[in-house]
Amino acid sequence: MSDVLTVTDLAVRFTGEGGIVDAVEGVSFALKERETLAIVGESSSGKSVTALALMRLLGGPPNCVVRGQVTLRRQDGERLELLSLPEARMASIRGRDIGMIFQEPMTSLNPVQRVGAQIAEGLHAHERLSARAASDRAVSLLGHVGIPEPALRARAYPHQLSGGMRQRAMIAMALACRPRVLIADEPTTALDVTIQAQILELIRALQKETGMSVIFITHNLGVVAEVADRVLVMYAGQVVEDAPVATLLGRPLMPYSAGLIASVPRLDDVRRRGGRLAAIPGNVPDPRARPAGCTFHPRCAHARPDPCEAARPALEAAAPDHAVRCARWREIAA
Amino acid sequence: MSGTGAPLLEVTDLAKHYPITGGRTLRAVDGVSFTLGAGEVLGIVGESGSGKTTLGRTVLRLTAASAGTIRFRGEEITDYSRRRMRPVRRHMQLVFQDPYASLNPRMSVEQILAIPLQVHEPGLKRAERRDRIEAVLSTVGLFPEAASRYPHEFSGGQRQRVGIARALICNPALLVADEPVSALDVSVQAQVVNLLLDLRQRLGLAILFIAHDLAVVGLISDRVAVMYLGRIVEIAETTTLFARPRHPYTEALFSAVPDIGGRHDRILLQGDIPSPVSPPSGCPFRTRCPYAEAACAEALPPLVERAPGHFAACRRPELTLSSPLSPQPVSRFAADA
Repeated sequence: MSDVLTVTDLAVRFTGEGGIVDAVEGVSFALKERETLAIVGESSSGKSVTALALMRLLGGPPNCVVRGQVTLRRQDGERLELLSLPEARMASIRGRDIGMIFQEPMTSLNPVQRVGAQIAEGLHAHERLSARAASDRAVSLLGHVGIPEPALRARAYPHQLSGGMRQRAMIAMALACRPRVLIADEPTTALDVTIQAQILELIRALQKETGMSVIFITHNLGVVAEVADRVLVMYAGQVVEDAPVATLLGRPLMPYSAGLIASVPRLDDVRRRGGRLAAIPGNVPDPRARPAGCTFHPRCAHARPDPCEAARPALEAAAPDHAVRCARWREIAA
Repeated sequence: MSGTGAPLLEVTDLAKHYPITGGRTLRAVDGVSFTLGAGEVLGIVGESGSGKTTLGRTVLRLTAASAGTIRFRGEEITDYSRRRMRPVRRHMQLVFQDPYASLNPRMSVEQILAIPLQVHEPGLKRAERRDRIEAVLSTVGLFPEAASRYPHEFSGGQRQRVGIARALICNPALLVADEPVSALDVSVQAQVVNLLLDLRQRLGLAILFIAHDLAVVGLISDRVAVMYLGRIVEIAETTTLFARPRHPYTEALFSAVPDIGGRHDRILLQGDIPSPVSPPSGCPFRTRCPYAEAACAEALPPLVERAPGHFAACRRPELTLSSPLSPQPVSRFAADA
């Protein structure tokens, strides 16, 4: 399958009063057609900044510098370099070729505009539909994402909808122009598990129907197991492991990925009630003062002064579809 | 783990109603009864809007009950005035969800921890107070130097340890922990869960553990109560509840949890939790229940003891519901290992 989106050496540096933060360093990946790529990480891992950078939604220099290459292959085969596109052109890509949904729909929807009108806005801008046609499409989209009485809900304001319905409305908006790529940044984190299950099912069904590719950003490995084909694990601004989902969850090579998987509480843990979880010691490092060498070494049970504290390990191919950033992965795996 | 004799906490027919516009009433908590033994951990689960947070706050008398009784250590405290509550409060403490919002940013950790001591043990000498602060910091796994620092100097997990230390410093018998780990990163969440497990073992603390993460609740609780629209719909010993849920809502909640072992067939509930202002007639869950019949709309099913210590409020006891525990854990990833 061909690649829809290729990201090469993406780096984001913020400069502010607090100093310099390299939020993202050297992130590369290719998103295939119909693929769901999960980007997993904890706070300050750089997962959300990666998404915002490739949508060009971050501020500009001097406070924020984005480097690298992001190539989008459009339906007609045209290749666009997103990071060097003029802003007006980029605006026509957002919402049409790449849709995006965010964690808290309440803060990403306009509170003083009716939901239907917000969806119609994108259709009006990108597909040049008449106001009437756009608002009819908005109603049918709301119905399509499983909102009961869509015509009534289209006239509602965001605060009049429940959290799950707001997220459905966001999805309707993101998918209004049938994008090739959907970026979903923690789309179910603020929702109850029952509603989360509904939303995951909805995204899956829509993906099957439209053939879009999905970048799914989450910290929840259970969700990853449910939705992903491939997983990028990020830690302290870098990709530390990249593998198909079954390999990553079944045989992770980077000690951080293994630790993260082990620390997830599971329903089956009730069998060993009162037993302890395998926690990773320490805390996620402050992005302004990341450790030298491997950024994970202060928390890693496998760390050795040499090589782990000496140099930042490179991302190495352990198998054709499996990359890992760990200087000792061979010894640890053995 | 439950103690002998009278329970530490006994809640009977507790209700919390809020009047809202139009003369209507929001029944946040309705007809809730349970007991909690000394040193016992009772998990409270349910979706947002199920009333679990309101239940915790009402039990602590942070908000007045509308009906029902709360007995704590044999004393009925339901109608205690603020003044009469004060000596009781040192024995019942609260840990909040958000460690960023629940610590005063302008106070050092020492000042934060000194407040409960000033209120409840005013006779303490300065040196004694310092010893107590140092001791409680060590109990929650923080270094003594933490005392002179301010909240912003700590990570989320460390701040939550400070919040727990503040709750523990007067040696309470009951801790109400309202989503104490849900704001934390996964790797740090596990540390705080382990700390709570240790504390309950070492200090014999009774905990009302309110959380939406069923796996965490399963790990830490002796018994679990499942709430829906302000009512307990099922309550049982933890392993029994997981092995054999007897309420369709419990089954659906378990089924919705994404499992790191891979995709599984699930019961997808339709729609959202109904508004507690106008709950459905009869069984409140019937509008989303895959097993509902016409008769479910008629009367509110009572909480019935279906096996020793296992209560469920469902009028269809014949249902065989699925358990989240696979007979032998199977994984779609196992094949590839």
